[in-house]
Formats: sequence, C-alpha cells, structure tokens
Amino acid sequence: MQRRHLIQGLGAGSALAGLGLLSGCATIGGNAPKVVVVGGGYGGATAAKYVRLFSDYQIDVTLIEPNEAFISCPISNLVVGGHKTMADITTPYDNLNKRHGVKLVRDMVTSIDPDKRTVKLAGGAELPYDRLIVSPGIDFMLDTIPGLKAAGALEKVPHAWKAGPQTALLRRQLEALPDGGTYAMSIPLAPYRCPPGPYERACMVASYFKKAKPKSKVVIFDANDDIQSKKGLFLKAWDEHYKGMIDYRPKHKVVDVDVATNTLKFEFNDDFKAGVANVIPNMRAGEIAVKTGLATANARWCEVDFLTFESKAAKNIHVLGDAIQIAPAMPKSGHMANQHGKTCAAAVVSLLQGKEPPQLPLYANTCYSFVTAEDVVHVASVHRYDAEKKTMLAVPGSGGVSSAASELEGRYAMAWARNIWADTLA
Amino acid sequence: MVRSTKWLAAAVLAATAAGAHAQVNQIKVWAAACANCHGTDGRAQPGMEALAGKDKDELLQKLLDFKSGRKPATIMHQLSKGYTDEQLAQIAGYFAAQKK
Repeated sequence: MQRRHLIQGLGAGSALAGLGLLSGCATIGGNAPKVVVVGGGYGGATAAKYVRLFSDYQIDVTLIEPNEAFISCPISNLVVGGHKTMADITTPYDNLNKRHGVKLVRDMVTSIDPDKRTVKLAGGAELPYDRLIVSPGIDFMLDTIPGLKAAGALEKVPHAWKAGPQTALLRRQLEALPDGGTYAMSIPLAPYRCPPGPYERACMVASYFKKAKPKSKVVIFDANDDIQSKKGLFLKAWDEHYKGMIDYRPKHKVVDVDVATNTLKFEFNDDFKAGVANVIPNMRAGEIAVKTGLATANARWCEVDFLTFESKAAKNIHVLGDAIQIAPAMPKSGHMANQHGKTCAAAVVSLLQGKEPPQLPLYANTCYSFVTAEDVVHVASVHRYDAEKKTMLAVPGSGGVSSAASELEGRYAMAWARNIWADTLA
Repeated sequence: MVRSTKWLAAAVLAATAAGAHAQVNQIKVWAAACANCHGTDGRAQPGMEALAGKDKDELLQKLLDFKSGRKPATIMHQLSKGYTDEQLAQIAGYFAAQKK
C-alpha cells in the first residue's frame, strides 16, 4: 500500500518538479529528509542511532527526550537490592550526537499534528518531520488505583517501574525499614512492562533482607493466576536462597491503596498493611501516544504494522517498544524495544529513500534476571515475521530458559547490559 | 489535498536526496539484532565475544555447532535454532566483513 503510493508519488512528484512546485516543500524536508524521534529509551534511542547508520548519515534525526541521561530499567532491581548504584545504570546521551550526529533536544513533546506533520514541544518550539518515531514507553492507569492519584502519593507508595528517582526512593524506603518490617509488592495483570521483573525484584529485596534485616519478609500480591515468567527457576531460587522469606500470593488484584497507612486494598481479599508498599499499577502506552489517538487496542496499546512499525492509526508515524500491542509471545522488554528500533529504522530509511523496506524481520529477545547478587537466569526467544498472518511469531523449536541459575550467566548479564547500553546510546 | 501534495513532494525529495544509496540490506538488519549482546557491527564491549572481522567459516561452524547441540552454551543453542543454516551463513559473512 505504502509502496504503491510512493511509486505514484514519484511520478506525480516529477510532474510537480516540472511545474516548479517542489520548492514549496523545503519547509518540510529541507535538504535531507527529517526524522523526529519522541522518547530516548531503548526503542527511541536505538531507532535514532540506526536511522543515521542505515542511511549512511544522510537522514536528519532529532531525538526529543526530557531526561538529562538514560537510566536503565534492566539492572535497576540491583539498585533496589543494594548491589548497584544509580550511577551504574545511568548513561549519558551525548555520544548519539558526537558519534552519530543525532540532534538532541531536551524537551517533552506535548502534541503531535499528524496532518501538518509537526510536533509541539513543552518549551514552545514546533518541529516538522517527514516521518515520526514515537517511543513513549508506558504510563500508569492510576484511575484503577484511586489512592495513587493524590498529590505526593507516588512518593509515599512508589512503583519504581520507570528507572530513576522512583528506584532511588524505593531503595531508601527499604533501608529505612526496621528489621522485622514487611515489604509488599503488587503486580498488575499482564500485559505489563518486563514480565519477569517483579519476581526478580522480590529476589533482590529478599537478598538485601537476608543480609541486613533477617526478620523482614517479602509479600508478593500478583493480580495474575501465576508467576508470569521463568516460574520454575524463580520458585527454585526462592526455596534455595530465601526459604520462608518470600510469601507469593496469586490472584490478588489491588484496587486501591491507603497511602497514609501503606495499606493495600484488594478486589476479593483482606486489606494488607505493609512497612514498604510497592504498588505497580496497570500500564498503557505513554501519554503522548494515547493523546494522539495511536492507542487503538483497548485504548491502551498502539497497533502497528510489524514490517515497518508504522501506526495502524496514523500515516508517517511509527510506534515502538513497550507502547505497542505486542505480537504473540513477544515480551515488553528493553531488549525487544531495541530490536523494534532497528527494524523500524531500516523501514523508515527505506521508505524515505523510495525503496521497499526489508521484508523478513527476524530478531531475538534475551532477558536476564538476577536471583541473587551473582546468580542469574534467562529467557530467550527468536521472532520471525509471518507474511501471511502479518505479525511476528516465535520460531518453533527456538528459545528457552536457563537449565539452572549460574554465576556464568551473571557475568553474561552484565556484559549484556554494557553491550546493549553501548548499542543503544554510543 | 494539501496533505497529499506535501507527502508526494517529500517522497520525491527524499528519493532524490538519498537515491544514490544502496537499499537497506536485509542481512545487515538481521546482523544488527545480534548487536544487543555482541556490540554494534559486532564490535563488543568487554565480557562478550566480538564478531567483527572473524573468519567467516569459523563463525558459521560455531553457529551450526550451537544449533546442533555439539557445542554447549548458555543461550546460543536456543537462539541459533531460530535461524536457517543459510541465514546463519549470511550473518556470519556480514560480521566477517566488518572492521575489528
């Protein structure tokens, strides 16, 4: 469809050029085609870098990101557990500019005009684009937990599910908890960002308690029927390393929180008062995607064409990462968002060059979880485009989980982090 | 109408500006999927095997051995099974051609 338009476009364009009408589009395109990327997480930063790489630096790329530096969600549970610092999970953005010529704009996109093809920034500027890549991550559906909507509520009951000040806050709360105090975490119904993340977090908090607060307990309230990822490996780790310390309660859906008393309220179960309450709310695509009308699946997630990551709701706008309506068996993970970024970058470059995008996306997901400060387990999968079903499907026979937790995988997990941070940002 | 004219014009401009460049190669994009662990273009950060500039046949043999289970691994035996032998050969060829 896009291809046919483009071919027609080329013909008509030549006619326009003959009539001298082409000069009018300089305001859109300038000399080089313009790509604007909204959001500098694993998806957006990777897309920005790879549009530059795949176009041999011929396409102009601007990355708009409000944060000064990139703070990684993967590995952030080690900060919660006291095994790493915030500095360890922070990477500056400046190499994207110095090494790859990505223009960095530290601002927030407040609106997108798909017809005019412009984005408006909180700082007042308006930027034109030929193609827009929206990688807004997730936002929380606080309407489903009304107590969290009050001013200051998230500073009392953190989610720590976007790495940054919330991560540091949860760590401080755990440090301030007296020995014998209880840490309670609630997990939302799937789909949510990072399926194994909550269970890894339970391990990390328990590893801290084991060392510093042996009378303290971890209670997990999971809205889901069961552990969502690496179940056998997590249960084994809880039994081997944290016996009697982790209380896992499935089918517990938090519907409200009394922030003043750290009390979790459930749909069907008794209230629970915690020393540290870590409520992870339901999630949807980041606000800007929802506001622009891109979140077409249950008003939560953005449907895309998996060949190009172009939105099914708006032309010339691509959506990546945790914000999308995932394909079967595709996790919402940083690793996957990085892969989306490359697939999208290849398609965007091709489309802007008037060529057909690569027709067989094929990429992997690898997700490491720390069960102690050193021992790690993984889940891996390979995903291939199915032209008939027009979606990504796991390749039969590929993928799997660790046979057992190991220190070797712990070393690989940190090497993974160093490599994906460099691949995304340097 | 305004919108479609702009779109056409932008496409022409884009095609003109970048027309001299080769199409984004599918194999290059497949290889980019390995970069999360093995570094952009196979130039790895410490702690992971670099792939850039390695001998193509050795790389391919290693991948095929992971796939068949001859060579033990933590994760590569699971990932290599997601690719055909031909795809593995093409990806090995890509990394072999990269500067170390």
